[in-house]
This record gives sequence, structure tokens and C-alpha cells, in this order.
Amino acid sequence: MKRKLFKLSLKQKQNYTGYIWVAPFIIGFIFFFLAPMLQSFRFSVSELNFTTDGYELKYVGLENFKYALTVDPNFNQHFTETILGILINIPAVILFSFFIASVLNQEFKGRTLARAIFFLPVILTAGVLHELEVEDLMYLITRDRGNILLSAAMVRDFFLDMRLPRAIIDYVIIAASNIPQIIEYSAIPILIFLAGLQSVPAHLYECAKIEGATGWEMFWKITFPLVSPLFLTNVIFITVYSFTAPGNSLVGYISSLTWGRGIFGVSVAMSLMYFLAISLILLVVGFILERNVFYME
Amino acid sequence: MMGLLLRRRIAGMSWSVVRGVLILGLCFLIVNPVFVKISTTFMTEKDIFDPTVQWVPRNLSLSRVVKHYLDVAGRMNYIRASFNSLVFSLVISTCQLVACTVVGYGLGRFEFRGRGLIFAAVVFTLVVPPQMITIPLFLNFRYFDFFGLLEGGGFNLIGTYWPFILTALTGTGARNGLFIFIARQHFRGMPRALEESAYIDGAGQFRTFLSIMLPGAGPILLVIFLFSFVWQWNDIFYTGTFMRGGLNLLPFSLRSLISTYHWSISDEFKTIVNNTGMVLFIMPLLVLYVFLQRYFVESIERTGIVG
Repeated sequence: MKRKLFKLSLKQKQNYTGYIWVAPFIIGFIFFFLAPMLQSFRFSVSELNFTTDGYELKYVGLENFKYALTVDPNFNQHFTETILGILINIPAVILFSFFIASVLNQEFKGRTLARAIFFLPVILTAGVLHELEVEDLMYLITRDRGNILLSAAMVRDFFLDMRLPRAIIDYVIIAASNIPQIIEYSAIPILIFLAGLQSVPAHLYECAKIEGATGWEMFWKITFPLVSPLFLTNVIFITVYSFTAPGNSLVGYISSLTWGRGIFGVSVAMSLMYFLAISLILLVVGFILERNVFYME
Repeated sequence: MMGLLLRRRIAGMSWSVVRGVLILGLCFLIVNPVFVKISTTFMTEKDIFDPTVQWVPRNLSLSRVVKHYLDVAGRMNYIRASFNSLVFSLVISTCQLVACTVVGYGLGRFEFRGRGLIFAAVVFTLVVPPQMITIPLFLNFRYFDFFGLLEGGGFNLIGTYWPFILTALTGTGARNGLFIFIARQHFRGMPRALEESAYIDGAGQFRTFLSIMLPGAGPILLVIFLFSFVWQWNDIFYTGTFMRGGLNLLPFSLRSLISTYHWSISDEFKTIVNNTGMVLFIMPLLVLYVFLQRYFVESIERTGIVG
């Protein structure tokens, strides 16, 4: 063993010190991530009681899950609403942010300002603000005014005249009433797409132009394939972001159970089910996208 | 017959118009809520439900608005709370910046066994919802006994800086995986020759990192720092859990602002008060953003997030 160590080249030795650089994360991952995660599995099948100098756990089997699914009056509703909300948002945010990024990538006056404004929601998204806006009259009034403009019936008639399939129309209407949220979620995906669009080598376009390709062809044959890996990145980002986004009704409900009613086991069980549902979505979407994404290497 | 050039010109111009309308409209959607918030703070209770009042209230008096703002700021304990929030966010985001850059450097520059596994762990921390681990984490920090090394009840770290510093320094704080990812992508793209020449000149690893690699990483460090600062300032999920009964941060005083008033105040008045609180809350960030948006927007394009 000693001889083997002695024979390490300089480069190998340097590479071993890599462990020192990542050591903080390894420690943090084990103690502040992995351990709590394993604990939360244990909590989900236990009843938690505080004692004078700590807490004790009593094994109750799947009681907490049963309570969440059958006894609790609100969980099922919040759960389906949140999951459906995420599923509806993913395609809308992806298409919207890709489109906006392509527009913002063009040259026009005031581009810098427009970019700055599109990125503003990152700053304005705070949990407290959402909490207060729920009972804010002014916010509710202006939101309703916006909805009147996009009066669903009008939009539906318009699209029905165009003989589009019913499912698509319904989707557009739901997404349209979600526009403020979609814009809010799009801020970072727009930046990621923008960065991707700018990293497409310019010589490819020049070459295509000389060969006589139109803008439309260049978009589908050059831009789209080269940026396609970012669709995967962004889907993952949006899904993860929507878990914790302030205003997420399920998250708010789980927190209210934890700190309001003190039923820790149940709220951990709920988080666990939430986590499993999200992982499933990520796996399915990731799998589908991964097969259709183009990598340049 | 229209000439080809003319047709092209018309197509280009109409696209410019469509694009302009679209961008303006969307920008309006983003900016409008902020304007509505600000203008609400200038209103009286009567103005709220007056449909003819749009943005500019009917009877605007500067002295009333100033008095109102001072009153709300006083009730929020604004100076004290924003100072607390500022110091807290600065300390924590600095810790996160240091830890994430170091770990990102390790992942980006060195080839050691298990590197892929550790990187997968970084991504994993991003994918697991924090709700899952906050309750066990809360209990760990409430009865902190160095993971069983200490006998007895352990220390109560809730309500102190410690839970945040410990998770920040180990790269497991809020969304720290993203920062590690950004740093790693950047350092991976730096040329090897830079480092090698430093080694040949006799610089140690740490020295090379400090004086060769860090100066070139300026924009990345700024992006990580800004994100981390903004998220820390806005956060109430982690602070609401681990800072319970501790420091009075700005989000806390905004949340409890309305409870400092008598319970019988009208809903209209509540709205005005809450909006004033919200404007006071986002004001520091807006000012920061106005000065730094150039770096914010431009440098993320160079972060190599896309790599």
C-alpha cells in the first residue's frame, strides 16, 4: 500500500487533494441532508411527542399516510391541485420562455431594459408577499380586471371558430388565466435559454446563409437542435422551482400542519408523497426528453 | 408586383411592430403590480373601491403620505429589522459563496474517484423538496448534540445564526446545489495551462486557487452572491423555521405588521397598510437591482450554466 502511494504521479497526487476541496459538501450532505432524509422516513411512520429533554417516537405504521389520504379534509384537494398546476405550467413556461428568449436575443432598441424587466420577478418573488397578497383588496381587484380582458368565453369562441381541437383550447384558456404566474416562473428559464442562444456558434449561421437557407430553416435545423438540451435543464428547473415557489398551496398547507397543529408525522408523510409524485413526473418527463434531445459532442 | 426588397422590408417592419407591442405588453404585466402597490400606498380608504381611480388617487396629499409611511415604518421597526436582515443576508450569502466556490472548484478541476457520485449528490440536493428535511433538521438543531457525540439534551440552536451558517458553509443551504453547479461549470471551462504554469512557478494549490483562478471568476462570483443574497433576503421558509423566536428579520416584521393595529380596522385600511409594508420590503432590493441589473443580466450569460 505504501509503495503504491509512493508511486503516485504529481498529477494523481493533486487529484487526490480534490477530496479536500469537496470535503465541506460531503460533510454537509451526510449530516444536513442524508441523515434528515432518513429520519423523515422514520418520522413518517411514527408519532412524534416532545418530552422535557427532547422528543420521542412511537411507531404507528402507515397510520399517518392513512390519516393524510382519508381523514384530512384538505390534503387530497391541495395535492391534486398542486400537481396539476405543475403539469400545466411546465409546457406553458417552456414554450413562453423559449419564445421570449428568442425575441430578446434579437437586436432592437431598449433590449437591455426589456431584459432587466423580464428578470425582475426573481427579485419580487418572496413568500411573505404572497402571504399578504391573498387578502390584499387592490391585488384582487387588478387581478380580476385582467381576467375580464381575457374573458374565457370570448377566447373559447374565437378558437372554436378556428376549429382547433377542444383539448388544446381548454389548455390555452387555463394557461392564459395563469399568465402572471407563468411570467414569474419564466424569469430564470429565459436567461438560461438566452445564454444558450448566444452560445450557438455564429459560423453555422453564416454557412447556412451562404447555402441559401431561410430564417425558418435555420431556426429548425441549427438553433433548435443546439438549444434542445436546455429544454431538459429548464423542465427540471421549473419542476424543482414550483415545489418551493412561494404561493404553492400544498407547501403552505403542510407548513400550517407542522407549526399550527403540531402533527409532525402526518406532515412528513405528506411531504414524502409529494416528493414521490414529483420524482415520478421528473423521471417520466426527463426520460422522454432525454431520448429526443440532441447533443453536439 | 412588389419588389422583393420592398416585401422584405415590409415583413421586417411588421415583425418589429409585433415584437414591440408584445414586449411592451409583457413588460407592463410585470411592472404593473409594482406600480399598483406603490400607488395604493398613496390612497385613502375611499379610493380603493373607486373605479374611476386608476394609479393616481383622488386627493393626494404629500404630508399625509409621508406621515403614513413613517407610521408604518415605525410599526415595522423598519430600520432595526432591515439592518438585521442586511447583516444576516450578507453573512449567510458570503458563507454560501465561499463554500460553493470551493466545492465547485474541487468538482470542476480535479479528477478523483467518486467525483461523478458527488456531483450527482449535488444535483440530488436540488431535486428533493426542502419540506421533506426541514422537520428532522429543525429537531436536530433544536437538540443539537453533534449527532449523538454529546450526552444529554444538547444545545438549542434554533433562533441563532448557527443553523444557517452550518448549512451554508457545507454547501447545503437553500438552493446551494445550483451555486455549486454554476461554479463547477465555470471552473471546468478554464484552460489547464493557467494552473500548470502556476504550479511550475512554485505556487501551492491554495495559492493557485486564490491568485490565478479566483480573479478570472469575478462575474460568476457576483452572480452566485447576488442570487444568494436576494433569496436570503426574501426567504421566510427557512428563516421562519430555524430563526423562530430569534432575530427580528424584515419578513417577520412585515408578516406581523397588521397585528400591530387594532383588530377593528377596515379591510381597505389593511390593504393600504400591507401595501406600504410590501413597498418598504422590496425597496432595498429594487434599489440594489437598479444599480446591479447590468451585471445580473449580462453575467449570467457568461456563467457557463449552458456549457
